[in-house]
Amino acid sequence: MLKIVTQYLIFPGIIFSFFVGAMGFWLERKFTARFQYRVGPPWYQNFIDVMKLFLKETIIPRNAAKTLFITSPIINLAAVILVSVMLANNYFLNISFMGDVIVILYLLVIPSLFTILGALSSKNPLALVGAARETKLMLAYEFVFITSLIIAIIKSGNSIMLANITATQILSKPNIASASGIIAFILALFYAQAKLCIVPFDMAEAEQEIMAGTVIEYSGPLLGFYKISKLMLYFSLPLFIISLFIKVHTQSTLLKYLIFFCLYILIIFIMSVIKNINPRMRIKDALGFFWFWLLPLGILGIVLAQFGL
Amino acid sequence: MKLKEKILTKSLWVYHLSAGSCNNCDIEILDCLTPRFDIERFGIQLVGSIRHADVLLITGAMNKKSAKILKNLYEQAPKPIFVAAVGICPCSQNMFKGSYPMLSALDEIIPVDVYIPGCPPRPEAIIAGIAKLINKLTAKDKKGQK
Ligand code: SF4
Repeated sequence: MLKIVTQYLIFPGIIFSFFVGAMGFWLERKFTARFQYRVGPPWYQNFIDVMKLFLKETIIPRNAAKTLFITSPIINLAAVILVSVMLANNYFLNISFMGDVIVILYLLVIPSLFTILGALSSKNPLALVGAARETKLMLAYEFVFITSLIIAIIKSGNSIMLANITATQILSKPNIASASGIIAFILALFYAQAKLCIVPFDMAEAEQEIMAGTVIEYSGPLLGFYKISKLMLYFSLPLFIISLFIKVHTQSTLLKYLIFFCLYILIIFIMSVIKNINPRMRIKDALGFFWFWLLPLGILGIVLAQFGL
Repeated sequence: MKLKEKILTKSLWVYHLSAGSCNNCDIEILDCLTPRFDIERFGIQLVGSIRHADVLLITGAMNKKSAKILKNLYEQAPKPIFVAAVGICPCSQNMFKGSYPMLSALDEIIPVDVYIPGCPPRPEAIIAGIAKLINKLTAKDKKGQK
């Protein structure tokens, strides 16, 4: 009993994933700062930010749809916690069940969906613009991610169980060591970039044009819930990519963690490089990029994967 | 109590309102974010929405129109919020004192926590002002403990 509780709450559950996610976000900020010849924030900055948000007042706009306004950050956080716990338990303890890839895919849609609903319920015009942009972006990136997932599923012999996907990689070689695997990895990276609202795809939260967009009316603890769920996504999306494409098998536990953290830092680094060498795209360009460049690439990847390349 | 002040001062998110400035002060505020001064290392960020703000930076002498907006904005902010007046304009209305669109001094409309004089204040002066604000908060807290 105690084992299960620690497994879900502390390691590799909620607290571990929050901690690693906060460190990942800090790394991203630090890398950005170093790219711009700045010093950057100290390592505990994200924890302090979250704690501060819980000390502030929450204001609910008079015109807002109150129930939706309050519940959407909470549902958002709940979905992200579920995803993180499932992924971490699979990666570190090999706990999995039939069809969990599909469940994770569904759960990963919920954060974006409820960000949109929360924005719509606040009735702020800038939030509406943000919500409209996020909707269009969702249409763009979700489909691309599905193609990338299909490639991973085909490579594992048509299994929709995360443990099987990782097990096939351990038995033969990591998915990324093949042509279709590389394609799928790239697609998943762009998906993570868009899902986390990092710069080329951050139109929904564009600070300079629409003032934080979807979360504009949120303050205090409700904003804190959004912040926590974003930090946990910073953990779970790279972890999902790692377990789908670059699962490496080792005997010793120490080496296992070392490999995980190296890969994690590498993925965060690639993301911040993409962030720092690109300006924000227009929504039209982003849609075009996902649909006319990445989607054909994904279909090519599926064909390659069918031929076992 | 002490912990609360400590957390608040370590992560100040700043919302910046130009209440009719000549734009010089605004440029100096942006200078604080550049690599040379880099106030992000103290956890200070510029945010776009007043709902996320901990500090309300005001530049420019207020006139009758912006005073309304300012008051509205202050009421919309989640408390605790601190107000910093940047530049001599909001501090003492500068040379615009007594001219026809002016209403009254800033601190007669909303409470001001820190004044940063200068026309425009240098980025160093702005950082010193923020440090003053942090000192004020922690000092207040020490008094409260005794
Ligand atoms: S203080 Fe000087 S620089 Fe700043 S807004 Fe006023 S006139 Fe312009």
